[in-house]
Amino acid sequence: MVVISDIIVQGVQMLLVLLLAPLLTGYVRKIKARLVRRQGASVFQPYRDLLRLLRKEVVLADNASWLFRVTPYITFAAIWVAAVLVPTFATGLLFNWTADLIAIVALLGSARFFLALAGMDVGTSFGGIGSSREVMIAALAEPAMLLIVFCLALVAGSTQLSTVSHFLASSYVGLRVSLGMALVALFMVAIAENARIPVDNPATHLELTMVHEAMILEYSGRHLAMIELGAFLKLLLYVSLIACVFFPWQIALYGSGALSYAIGAGAYIVKLALAGFLLALFETATAKMRVFRVPQFLGAAFMLGLLGTLLLFVSRSF
Amino acid sequence: MSAVALQMVCVAGLLGLAALAIVLSRSKISTPVIYGATLAVSAIALIGALRFLLGGAADATTLTLPVGLPWLGAHFRLDALASFFLVVINLGGASASLYGLGYGHHDPAPHRVLPFFPAFLAGMNLVVLADDAFSYLLCWEFMSLASWALVMAHHRERGNARAGYVYLVMASFGTLALLLAFGLLAGPAGDYGFAAIRAAQHTPYAATLVLILMLLGAGSKAGLVPLHVWLPLAHPAAPSHVSALMSGVMTKVAIYGFIRVMFDLLGQPSWPASVVVLFLGSITAVMGILYAMMEKDLKRLLAYSTIENIGIVFVSLGLAMAFQANGLKAAAALAFTAALFHALNHSFFKSLLFFGAGAVLTATGERDMDKLGGLIHRMPFTSFVVLVGCVAISALPPFNGFVSEWLIFQAVLQSPELPQWALKIMVPAVGAMLALAAALAAACFVKTYGVTFLGRPRGTAAETAHEVDRFSLAAMFILAALCLLAGILPGLAIDALAPVAAQILGSRMPAQAGQPWLSIVPIAEGRSSYNGLLVMVFITVAASLAVYVIHRFASRALRRGPAWGCGFSDATPAAQYSGVSFAQPIRRVFGTLLFHARDHVEMPPPGDIRPARLRIELHDLVWRGIYAPIADAVGFASTRLNRLQFLTIRRYLSLVFATLVTLLLVLAIWS
Repeated sequence: MVVISDIIVQGVQMLLVLLLAPLLTGYVRKIKARLVRRQGASVFQPYRDLLRLLRKEVVLADNASWLFRVTPYITFAAIWVAAVLVPTFATGLLFNWTADLIAIVALLGSARFFLALAGMDVGTSFGGIGSSREVMIAALAEPAMLLIVFCLALVAGSTQLSTVSHFLASSYVGLRVSLGMALVALFMVAIAENARIPVDNPATHLELTMVHEAMILEYSGRHLAMIELGAFLKLLLYVSLIACVFFPWQIALYGSGALSYAIGAGAYIVKLALAGFLLALFETATAKMRVFRVPQFLGAAFMLGLLGTLLLFVSRSF
Repeated sequence: MSAVALQMVCVAGLLGLAALAIVLSRSKISTPVIYGATLAVSAIALIGALRFLLGGAADATTLTLPVGLPWLGAHFRLDALASFFLVVINLGGASASLYGLGYGHHDPAPHRVLPFFPAFLAGMNLVVLADDAFSYLLCWEFMSLASWALVMAHHRERGNARAGYVYLVMASFGTLALLLAFGLLAGPAGDYGFAAIRAAQHTPYAATLVLILMLLGAGSKAGLVPLHVWLPLAHPAAPSHVSALMSGVMTKVAIYGFIRVMFDLLGQPSWPASVVVLFLGSITAVMGILYAMMEKDLKRLLAYSTIENIGIVFVSLGLAMAFQANGLKAAAALAFTAALFHALNHSFFKSLLFFGAGAVLTATGERDMDKLGGLIHRMPFTSFVVLVGCVAISALPPFNGFVSEWLIFQAVLQSPELPQWALKIMVPAVGAMLALAAALAAACFVKTYGVTFLGRPRGTAAETAHEVDRFSLAAMFILAALCLLAGILPGLAIDALAPVAAQILGSRMPAQAGQPWLSIVPIAEGRSSYNGLLVMVFITVAASLAVYVIHRFASRALRRGPAWGCGFSDATPAAQYSGVSFAQPIRRVFGTLLFHARDHVEMPPPGDIRPARLRIELHDLVWRGIYAPIADAVGFASTRLNRLQFLTIRRYLSLVFATLVTLLLVLAIWS
């Protein structure tokens, strides 16, 4: 009986992230449009885009290889698995222990690896420029991310997201400077990883300023739909990650009954809405930076993570 | 027959094969006979070592031969640590022999490779089995010389003679350091048996000197920065299957030497020593992969990436030393097991990648990746296995490289337990360096694979390439399968390594075999766990589900067309992104400081029809800062001393007389 309910909760989470991800992106776009006093497309536009892309035929470049055709599915699958392993509305799901935070970050790395390869596959300059910049940004974001993981693991004594979330939700941790620094650093890493302003512009059509979009320029039809859905999921993943670690309020603890799961789900949606609004506000208020300013941006995230970790040592020893 | 006797018989077999290769030298059948027989002998040695290791490696067996020093004899011993490294060596040897069965046919001068190939393998086996300092050093030197002969196999190719020379100098230097280290270990009594050294008490001063000498001796063979300079020259110069052995296996023999002396012979490590090892390891990891990123020669890139992986192993060993010095047994076992596991994994994927580079070399005759491209269409099987190797070496789940790096990160996360402030502050920074190295490795292998195998061919060699023979493919497929297996069933490997940790540290990681769903749990369930098998299954299921749903309910139409060029379709493949241009962002971020990298654009004036040129200036600061001054000093001194060759007999005699008087004076003052 317990196993069955565990499976159901896990299944709900799998479908929930898949269904909510396009909505979050549509919502952020809508808020951004409203902030600059445009009407904006409906929040459901991403779903329509996906359906339209799925129905269209794929136009494949003449020399595209099999790798180009399987990459969208691998990328989508890796990101989906990673997104499912992050607690959203409840902790202690059936498969949470399959991978800890380091493994989740590495799964996103696998997705990026294949996408960057696909960018090189057709042999156009756009794909190459996108891939080379994407891997540079990733190379800078990953050390910063590890220091954030380190900081969290020091506080919660675990890298298992479910355990971290449970710990931060159920015991008195208080306001910690280190956690604040880790939050800011994680936000900066999330901006870079999701190709948002100021690191990259998800809406650009100017080839030389784009990174992620240049890399996937050759994709069309159902392949593009998979990659877009993967990108939506990744944004949702990072928002869920920030929510479950830094704002675990009302998250349902393991085995606490259907009612608290419902409350957890409600709280999760409120958190998503809030985070989406703040993201849109931040993006509207900043301008995109030059590509070679990104190292400084991510260097700041790295330093914040390091400082947070060292502060924890200092505060612990006294 | 005892386990060690079996290994010695295998070694004798390999040495016999080396002699046979000289006899057969110019005959047609020599290539299949030698590689086939080496494959068989390595396989027997591999099975013997595996049986010993999996059987718990409970009691070490020894063997004494009446050769070597007259009063000592030559001692050989098989224990858990040795058996693990024998597995690495003989697995590498067997796969390289299998590969050689096909690859060897393309060798222009097989008689320069065949005698030394089994001899090299025998040398490596002997180093690991040796149980006294004299045999150890003798076998070490034998291994070095055999590999040197293999590096010089194609000595007429440009650069190979220099590579061989630099290798010889560095190898002699390394052996000198080892000689002094063992001299110190033997102490004033001069007892060279490992058992006696282990039993003796070593003063902290002697232990520090031994650490420095081992870092110089074993570190130069393994490729620690700044002693790495010979490695990217020598490893690529050898034939590809030998490169695989040198990079994938011989560096592990050096690591074995380091572990044997620092953990086993010296007894309890001290924590200041771990600071040095951690520092050197992390510098090596990051510098190695940055060098690789700047490289466009396929085999040299792989050699530089070996340096990175050696750095990772040394970081993990440094962590094990730090934990062990402070009595944190569980954490020490975790770090030590992670180091061994990464060494094993590296031997899998680095051999695989060198085989792949050899296949590309056979098919195109080209090592410069900026002249390749599009090989995925012409070499489908090779490109598939090399992709597996690239994913594995980039530490991405669900392959093996990720598991060992994950274990190392788990060990890094144990650092708050350490009492010393220096270590507390240093270890997180080292962890961040490892993360940087891992991310750069992914970038580097996107570049390697993307430029070599993807895109459009950049020359006729790449356009007319053909798939390689079945033996080479079989060797590569076996290694690729091992990469995946070690990635999804890491618990088996961790449990197999438990006797080694138990022997060296006196503690082991918790048994993984009993974990539900074959997960790995390094410390405790609530702390962290990882399940490669489930991750693999989830990804496969999710991807298949997506493919099924889309092809069933949405569109499956497909049309081929020209690539989208934004209105300007660049006809020439030279306009694609090359390895050099791919590395540009990272060169700009890191290279400006570390390589003094500068990009110069030479733009002709308007009206001139010359093409514009981009010239890239890179400097190897290690070579310029350390080696070039030494070489200059040696050159300067030898030019000055050259005059001594042209003296008259009277002057020679007076020189001898003056020396004699000086020495007598020194002696008089001394006593």
